[in-house]
Amino acid sequence: MSFEIALRHRIGECELSVQFAVQDQVLGLTGPSGAGKTSLLNCIAGLIRPAQGRIVVGSRVLADTHSGLSVPIEQRHAGYVFQDARLFPHMNVAANLAYGRRRADAAPRSIDSAMVQEVLGITQLANRSPDTLSGGEVRRVAIARALLSGPQFLLLDEPLASLDQPRALEILSMIEDLVREIRIPVLFVTHQPDLLEQLASNILELPQSPLPLQR
Amino acid sequence: MITSAEWSIIGLSLKVSLVAITLTLPLAYALAWLLARRLFPGRSLLDALVHLPLVVPPVVTGWLLLILFGRTGPLGMMLENLFGISLVFRWTGAAVAAAVMALPLMVRAMRLSIEAVDRRLVGAARTLGASPWHAFRTITLPLSLPGILAGAMLGFARSLGEFGATITFVSNIPGQTRTLPLAIYTGLQVPGGESDVTRLAIMSILLSLSALLVSEWLIRRANGARAHVV
Repeated sequence: MSFEIALRHRIGECELSVQFAVQDQVLGLTGPSGAGKTSLLNCIAGLIRPAQGRIVVGSRVLADTHSGLSVPIEQRHAGYVFQDARLFPHMNVAANLAYGRRRADAAPRSIDSAMVQEVLGITQLANRSPDTLSGGEVRRVAIARALLSGPQFLLLDEPLASLDQPRALEILSMIEDLVREIRIPVLFVTHQPDLLEQLASNILELPQSPLPLQR
Repeated sequence: MITSAEWSIIGLSLKVSLVAITLTLPLAYALAWLLARRLFPGRSLLDALVHLPLVVPPVVTGWLLLILFGRTGPLGMMLENLFGISLVFRWTGAAVAAAVMALPLMVRAMRLSIEAVDRRLVGAARTLGASPWHAFRTITLPLSLPGILAGAMLGFARSLGEFGATITFVSNIPGQTRTLPLAIYTGLQVPGGESDVTRLAIMSILLSLSALLVSEWLIRRANGARAHVV
């Protein structure tokens, strides 16, 4: 089992209600903006505590409101690539990439830092400050940072946005290679499901918008 | 040039302000963090208490300090019995008065800078394996450093200028509690003291001005260093 998720969570005036269980290593997730894709990822990463539900990734139960279990964020070992990158502005690229290294060193399978930087084409950026990077560079550094933190699963929130088409395809095939090699569950959120046909064996679509609360 | 009596007044002022700010800094930052980042019962009350010295007349603050820390006050007796420390008529009391008066300004500046730190960055740090404390040390603290410096500067300037609470709490004792503002006040009470007052006033202005310049420089350095921190 890669992802087994059943949760209900209220966001503002709407309620996000999701339930699925899949075996696929790579799961695509699509749906219109406002459907709650990012909220779902935040629940899995532990940044949001769902009001009710159960989250299992791989063989680990990360949260179960029924038994009151909620694994702390830092112990969930998510490799989360945020839609807004969230590079640390006071650290250069090398320090950003090294931030998760302590955990990565303890992980059973680690990913070679030089190889990732090479594939993502960011080797030259090590001493640069995030505010001097282009949008595409920021995204590639964010992907590398998540990969190098010793993740047990990946949450990719529109990782190909703001990349040009050749670069997007290149990164996609790199993710494909990595996924084949390290064999961890991947949840891939995208607006362009056609991009995922190669990579994901299963693509879920979240409905138009979360259900308005019943009054 | 500057007479030894004037040097001792300046020295006392600097000692009182520096001790007040150094001791208050961690407390102010902790309060600022609590008020910026945590919701808890009594938050508004704590906020109001921290701001109290900013809004009540300094004389009242000094009087309250006298009641609390005086020889017969509950905290004063405790300090005397446990540590043999007495604040009354001592420079340490002047430092406490300066610290209490500076606290709200320091908390305000630091709170603003903590609120300006994007919480999503802290969330990102947590997903990368950082404990809440590690994320605080590596993200929130360094990113709010300019606010810490600004708060320390504001507090220092406020301490240097502290008058009302000090004179009420620990009186106007030469060499113990007669800081620059109190010395200027004393000079004004003496016939023919105008030239002393002028000299002390100029020194006071220069001191505050240099504190301001130093802090501006430190803040610029803290911001400029961002790109080089590894």
